[in-house]
Amino acid sequence: MKPAAFEYSRPADIDEVCALLAADDGARVIAGGQTLVPLMAMRLARPSRLIDIARIPGLAFVREEGNEVVVGATTRQHVVESDPVVRAKLPLLAKVMPFVGHTATRARGTVGGSLVNGDPAAEIVLVAVTLGAALIWRDGGTNHSIAASDFFLGPMVTALPLTACLAEARFPVWPEPRVGVGFHEVSARQSDFAFVSAAAQIALDADGRCTRAAIGIGAATAVPLRLDAVAQALQGQRYDETKVRESAKAALADIEPMADLHASAEYRKRVAATMAVRAIADAYQDAARRA
Amino acid sequence: MKVELDINRQKHTVEVEPRLSLLDCLRDKLLLIGAHAGCEHGVCGACTVLVDGAAIRSCLMFAVQADGVAITTIEGLSPGPGELSPLQDAFCETHGMQCGYCTPAMILAAHALLSKNASPTREEIVDAISGNICRCTGYAQIVEAIALAAERMRGQNDPVRP
Repeated sequence: MKPAAFEYSRPADIDEVCALLAADDGARVIAGGQTLVPLMAMRLARPSRLIDIARIPGLAFVREEGNEVVVGATTRQHVVESDPVVRAKLPLLAKVMPFVGHTATRARGTVGGSLVNGDPAAEIVLVAVTLGAALIWRDGGTNHSIAASDFFLGPMVTALPLTACLAEARFPVWPEPRVGVGFHEVSARQSDFAFVSAAAQIALDADGRCTRAAIGIGAATAVPLRLDAVAQALQGQRYDETKVRESAKAALADIEPMADLHASAEYRKRVAATMAVRAIADAYQDAARRA
Repeated sequence: MKVELDINRQKHTVEVEPRLSLLDCLRDKLLLIGAHAGCEHGVCGACTVLVDGAAIRSCLMFAVQADGVAITTIEGLSPGPGELSPLQDAFCETHGMQCGYCTPAMILAAHALLSKNASPTREEIVDAISGNICRCTGYAQIVEAIALAAERMRGQNDPVRP
C-alpha cells in the first residue's frame, strides 16, 4: 500500500498547472487527494507527476454573484458544509454535504476534486446535475464554461480536457421565497458509496403548489440523471404520494441502472423510485415550513 | 525534497521522497508512532492526526503537502509528561479501548469534535467517529468515553461557585 514514485510540483497559478499538464501525459492534479491517493496506494493510479493546486491563491472561496453561488475548485468540503452562504442560498448542497465521505475526508477533500472525479455516486456531482450548475475550467489561457449535464460522460469520465484544470462551479440560486430540499440515499454503511441517491429541490407558492422542481437520481446509472418529466408533473401540484410515485416509476422505466455485487440493476431501479418519492416529500415539507 | 513540518508545536525539517505519506513520515522519520498504519488507503481511520485542528487521515496526505500547517498527533495531546488529557483519562476510565490500535485516532477524532462542539449529542459523537474502525469494543465504551470527557471539559470551564 505504498504509491509508486512520482515528481511533485506546486505551481503558482492555474495557467502553470495547464502548462505542466500539457508537458507530461502522466501528470495528474491533486487538491485534497481523498480519492486519488487511495488509488495510488493500490497502484490503480500511477501518475508520473502530482501537480498540487491546493495552495494556489484565489481557488478556494464561496461567494454569491448575482443569482449564482460560486464555489472555487479547491474549496474544502468541510468549509462548504458549514458555509453560511451555502446554507442560506444553496440548501440542497448544504443538505448533502454530511453524506460526502467522512468528517476526516471532508477536511481534506475539495468540491472541485469531487466534480472532476465524476463518480456517479458522489453527492456533489448529483447536486451539480440536479440544479444545472455550470463548471468553469481553465485551458490554454482561457476560461471555458460547460453545463454539468454535459460535463459528466460516464463513471469517472468527464469532458474535462487533459490539459485543463477546473477553476470553479457556479450553482444557480432559486429566488423564490419558499424553496425546500430533500435528499435520501441507500448505502451499506453510513458514508459508504451510495447504491442509489435522490435529490429534490422544490419551490412552492403560497397555496402549497409547486411552481418549480428539480429532481435528480445519483449512483443508479453511469451518470446522475435529472428526472425532468417528474419535475414537470409536479408543476401546480400539491404533494400527492401516489401521483409522485407513479411519475417517478414512469420516468425510471427505461433507465439502464448499473449492477454490481452489492446492488442489482433491478434493485437500483426499484429503490430509485422510492428514494425520489422520499426526497420529493421532504422537499415539499421543507418548503412548506418557510413562510 | 526538504519539508518543514510543524508537529505538536515543534518544527522539524525532514528530507522526504514525494511519495512518502505524512503517516510514514511521522512514524519512520520522526518516530512518532502514535499514528497507526492500518489499511493505508483511507478506510480504517487508524492514522488520524489533526491538521489545523481538523481530523484528517495521514495516509491520504503526502508529507510534502504538509508544510505550513499545524499537525497534532496523539503525542501532542497530553498537557505534560506523565499526564493525560481529559479525553485520554475518560478512555481509561470507561474502558474505551481494548487492543489500543484504533485508540489514538479515536481520541484525536473526538478531540476535533469537542473543540468545535462542547456538548455533542450521542448522534454527533457517533458521526464524528464513524470514519474510524474499532474491531474490539463494539464502540459503546468509546462513545461513553467521549461523552464523559465532554461533560468534564464543560465542567472545567464553569466558574467556581462559593
